[in-house]
Amino acid sequence: MRREVGGCECEVEGNRKGFGLHMKNDTGLNPDAGGLKESATFDRHMIAEIQRAAATGIYDIRGHGAKRRVPHFDDLVFLGASMSRYPLEGYREKCSTEVVLGDRFAKKPLHLKIPITIAGMSFGSLSAQAKESLGRGASTVGTSTTTGDGGMTPEERGHSSMLVYQLLPSRYGMNPDDLRKADAIEVVLGQGAKPGGGGMLLGQKISDRVAGMRTLPKGIDQRSACRHPDWTGPDDLAIKMIELREITDWEKPIYIKIGATRTYYDVQLAVKAGADVVVLDGMQGGTGATQDVFIEHVGIPTLPALRQAVEALQDMDMHRKVQLIVSGGIRSGADVAKALAMGADAVSIGSAALIALGDNSPTLDAEYAKLGSRAGFYDDWHEGRDPAGITTQDEELSKRLDPEVGGKRLANYLRVLTLECQTIARACGKSHVHHLEPEDLVALTIESAAMSGLPLAGTNWVPGKI
Amino acid sequence: MHVFDMENEGNVRGGGVRALNQRLHDLAVDDCDVPWRVENSKGAHALACGMKVGATIDIAGHAGYYCAGMNQHAMVTVHGNAGVGLAENMMSGVVRVKGQASQCAGATAHGGLLVIEGDASARCGISLKGGDIVVGGSVGHMSCFMAQAGTLVVCGDAGEALGDSLYEAKIYVRGQVKSLGADCVEKPMRDEHVEHLSGLLKAAGMEADVTAFKRYGSARQWYHFHADKAGNY
Repeated sequence: MRREVGGCECEVEGNRKGFGLHMKNDTGLNPDAGGLKESATFDRHMIAEIQRAAATGIYDIRGHGAKRRVPHFDDLVFLGASMSRYPLEGYREKCSTEVVLGDRFAKKPLHLKIPITIAGMSFGSLSAQAKESLGRGASTVGTSTTTGDGGMTPEERGHSSMLVYQLLPSRYGMNPDDLRKADAIEVVLGQGAKPGGGGMLLGQKISDRVAGMRTLPKGIDQRSACRHPDWTGPDDLAIKMIELREITDWEKPIYIKIGATRTYYDVQLAVKAGADVVVLDGMQGGTGATQDVFIEHVGIPTLPALRQAVEALQDMDMHRKVQLIVSGGIRSGADVAKALAMGADAVSIGSAALIALGDNSPTLDAEYAKLGSRAGFYDDWHEGRDPAGITTQDEELSKRLDPEVGGKRLANYLRVLTLECQTIARACGKSHVHHLEPEDLVALTIESAAMSGLPLAGTNWVPGKI
Repeated sequence: MHVFDMENEGNVRGGGVRALNQRLHDLAVDDCDVPWRVENSKGAHALACGMKVGATIDIAGHAGYYCAGMNQHAMVTVHGNAGVGLAENMMSGVVRVKGQASQCAGATAHGGLLVIEGDASARCGISLKGGDIVVGGSVGHMSCFMAQAGTLVVCGDAGEALGDSLYEAKIYVRGQVKSLGADCVEKPMRDEHVEHLSGLLKAAGMEADVTAFKRYGSARQWYHFHADKAGNY
């Protein structure tokens, strides 16, 4: 849904008191100055949302992940080496980053050069150029990319040295030929932005090609199934996994992706079902199109989910035997390092990868403004009018993204994440980023300490444990 | 005829299913002249799944989950009952079950023909994407849920919520329909539908009076979200 940021084009009137993003203050009063008190409960955003709902009669749909502030990796810091720890030279001494994914059952596990993968994002939600860019960028630095809800395109297969093929509830475009072409299979149970919800692709993005790949009429508002069609619980899933392994002659690693909710139990059930790799997506994880109320109010943040997932694996003696990929709000090498230190084997990025391609670029600010948004705020990825050519099926807009340029930008970004992660690992005296450990971290807030299971900085206190 | 005895050949690494499927997957297009007979299947899961060539495979007993899953080109016959997800995501070929089929038979099938001579349980043809399913008996609830393309023919009765959230799949039912799902409506049987149905019954080897069938399809009222219909969602 279109929202107004800054200027006002809305039909809702009567905001003379200065409430709401819609306001153009014509009273001469500055609402940010003294004298006017904004409600914490009915703040300007909430008032604008009530007004929008009253005007349209439909919930707000948008892209991106949770925008609310939640305890996150920002609330952790590394202790670094000192008297009792021996650091490594920042630029010279070896600090390895490779990771093997899927060696529990698969004959051909993935060997990644860096512990950062590209999350599943569909062709349909993204342009073909964006998918190709992701493949090019990931392949340049030796990591994998992932299909999405809509099947595998030749462009992404051709430009991805390692491609993970998602098996989603919708099964759009699912076919055994592509299954065999994939390097790994990811059974998607949910995603962090909307655990319990299915996909959504609105009519303006259902082009001829997208409709053909999904076997849908062109231009309809497509709502994907929220649950798989041929299994209904973890016992069935275990048999489903056998079928997938049989079809691919036990060659491909099989991941199970879950949205962060009852993480401890979900991870254990995924292991029991036979996963080679568990992919855990926290509530900050992005989506191409979902109800705002779903994004902001269902699921738990990445931080506590990661702790629960690691505990679940450790309690089964499966930590590092079944690999753990965590996603949802990974932005920097510090985030990567913190996730690995807490016990993840790798991380996955989605929103950050799109930003690296050019999403929300300040150079497009004027065009975002025409769409009722601004650079830094744009989240109407579902509308298909993305001036960056990323979240669109419009041929002219799509052409704005040069896949070669996009691929280079993504590769650059992935290199920076890796270098940053290595910088921190060396400072902690680690010759492999996987040697980072919880003991290297402390929490800055009581909430993050409780959620992460790490001690509050300067104390031995882990809320809920000691 | 190749005879594969699951009991005798099941002691290899990975068990009989692995050994069977590997041998079937290793078949070249030119190796399909001699039919296969699988004995002592005993309800094993994932039998003959992932077939790539037009082999003829007879399973002389019951099959477990996902028999003939993602089938391409092969002719698979189960001389017994079949478990959950029979011929799921089938692309082409013919899969036939002489007995009954459990839930989700033909789920997401893109092509080919699935014939169930007995009854099929719930969610038969769920998310169907172009395949054809002919059921000699009845089907359970939520059959053809979110079915996008292809056809379900039911010679018996259909359970609750038939065709719920249907896209463009076609449904023919001879008997009673307990209830129709959201956006699924009865539509007139025109000549082209009689011809279509006759062809499917013939292909399935079933005799039935086509004039006794009713046709169901999508009302296409839910293809776009309308705020004034929010109460229906």
